[in-house]
Amino acid sequence: MATLNLGGKEVEIDEDGFIQDPEVWDEDVAIDLAATEGVDELGEDHWKLVHYLRDYYLKFGIAPMIRKLCKETGFDLKYVYEMFPSGPAKGACKVAGLPKPTGCV
Amino acid sequence: MAKFDEMEYYKQAELLNIDYDQVPDSDWMDTPVDFRPGTFIYPGKPARLEYLDLPNAREWSVLEEDWKLQDNWKQIVLEGMAERLTKYRSFKLFMDVCVRCGACADKCHFYIGSADPKNMPVLRAELLRSIYRKEFTMVGKVLGKIAGARELTIDVIKEWFYYFFQCTECRRCSVFCPYGIDTAEITMMGRELLGLLGLYVNWIIEPCANCFRTGNHLGIQPHALKDIFEDLCDDIKTATGIEIDPPFNKKGADILFVTPSGDFFAEPGIFTCMGYLILFHELGLNYTWSTYASEGGNFGLFTSHEMIKRLNAKMYMEAERLGVKWILGGECGHMWRVINQYMDTMNGPADFLEVPKSPITGTVFENAKSTKMVHIMEFVSDLIKHKKLKLDPSRNDHINVTFHDSCNPARGMGIIEEPRYVLKNICNNFYEMPENTIREQTFCCGGGAGLGTDENMEMRLRGGLPRGAAVRYVQEQFNVNQLACMCAIDRATLVTVCNYWAPGVEVTGISELLANAMVLKGENDRKLNLRLEEIPGK
Repeated sequence: MATLNLGGKEVEIDEDGFIQDPEVWDEDVAIDLAATEGVDELGEDHWKLVHYLRDYYLKFGIAPMIRKLCKETGFDLKYVYEMFPSGPAKGACKVAGLPKPTGCV
Repeated sequence: MAKFDEMEYYKQAELLNIDYDQVPDSDWMDTPVDFRPGTFIYPGKPARLEYLDLPNAREWSVLEEDWKLQDNWKQIVLEGMAERLTKYRSFKLFMDVCVRCGACADKCHFYIGSADPKNMPVLRAELLRSIYRKEFTMVGKVLGKIAGARELTIDVIKEWFYYFFQCTECRRCSVFCPYGIDTAEITMMGRELLGLLGLYVNWIIEPCANCFRTGNHLGIQPHALKDIFEDLCDDIKTATGIEIDPPFNKKGADILFVTPSGDFFAEPGIFTCMGYLILFHELGLNYTWSTYASEGGNFGLFTSHEMIKRLNAKMYMEAERLGVKWILGGECGHMWRVINQYMDTMNGPADFLEVPKSPITGTVFENAKSTKMVHIMEFVSDLIKHKKLKLDPSRNDHINVTFHDSCNPARGMGIIEEPRYVLKNICNNFYEMPENTIREQTFCCGGGAGLGTDENMEMRLRGGLPRGAAVRYVQEQFNVNQLACMCAIDRATLVTVCNYWAPGVEVTGISELLANAMVLKGENDRKLNLRLEEIPGK
């Protein structure tokens, strides 16, 4: 497994750049993960989305449905893509340290 | 700048530059695999293999020379083959019986989309058959290459990995085989043998591990499932004015309902799920969802027979625990091949269940006598036939819909007329794609059997070309703007196929269109559909 220096520590990542151990995540890791996504600065709305995803994941063990994410944060999907060009799953969830969903998705 | 795992990376003109007449420079046995990003899938992560007690869990990479196989890998594969040739007579038969007539050669969507000769089903099978000849037949042992036999080497294993994960087990080729060789079973055997060496892909093995741990591929735990359904019901309330409180794990329900977890996580599957919820509520059905049997799909089918059995077991177990009479299944594809071909013998007989009988119409589903499981479209067709649903198809008048037969329901259980009967009753504008692309000749979505992951994007687009071209045809001829299907993998992968080959066509499940057309007791003015979009003219 490849490792990457994220937030000052060596972190294991998979082929898509998702971190493997959700426990190592912190805001410094998020900032460096965002950089891998070409997002150079995390503004207030970025953090609101990232923290929402993070909190949902800690409570439920998965990412929220995209529809729910938009409803709860008040951001429409277009704006989510503007903030994270790879989109909610491959972009925002990655930065929030969530695993990539697999299956019929 | 798009990356190789995004469809924007691929130029249509380049993908369409397919030369079927080109003769390869070297004999197929001497042509090594070119592992090009976009055409193969990432390895299974060791933690997932360990969770399932699978062999040789380790970090490895497709692009590295050393795949870190066991020292005695060759012995493992040959013993695995010997065992399976004894255990599965179909495997032995399919290894022996092919006369290489070529009837299957141009029937595979991956061959049509790539012109790679090793994607001709006959040659894909030869990858395995050549080893069978060398090791298990006298003529192959003596004559070697002249008899189409070859040595088992690491390169052969790599070739298997590449091409057995470039087959979606859709069985279109089998329809045309004069001997009825089931190429899906050959791919399944190839994948089982690869599995003995720990050569799994993560897109399949992680869902298997999740399913074993939580009951579904996505790893949704009971409290998360409840949270999701509360959201879906909120949206149903907004769209229809109807309040629904879905039953979970309800003992003494008549019917257990099982559907793929993609239906309650990803769009557009969730709209299909809302459709089920509305239908059951309107009927007043005494049914239940289960947080344990919370997956209809079975990625074991893409892994090994043993894995099919392990993941399927929960359906009957949960049906018995809850004391239901029979099981109703949702719009899943490959789940129905597992149910029809394996469930009864692997995990049955389910003598504790009754022969399914519709509590609404009294119809007895004799066809489901052994499995005790009925397809939602059989159930709905019967309701419509008996005029038990109040329908207003004009609510779908802005939709020109076509129907994609999902491979497994069409070829694996013969559900061909029921979805069409339902669609024609709920939509006024229904158009068929060309006849050699539908029904039992249907073309795969290109992402089934665990190949629907983004790092495999080039093969998904190539494999999706025949289906995409047929959709494009009805789009141009009849202004088709929706593609209905009844499979969660389809609902995930055909969105990409349509966006690429027939942009403007949306993907939908049938139950979504059904619920949009249903006139409900106590409904609101129904100005919104289940996607909460305004319905034109309403």
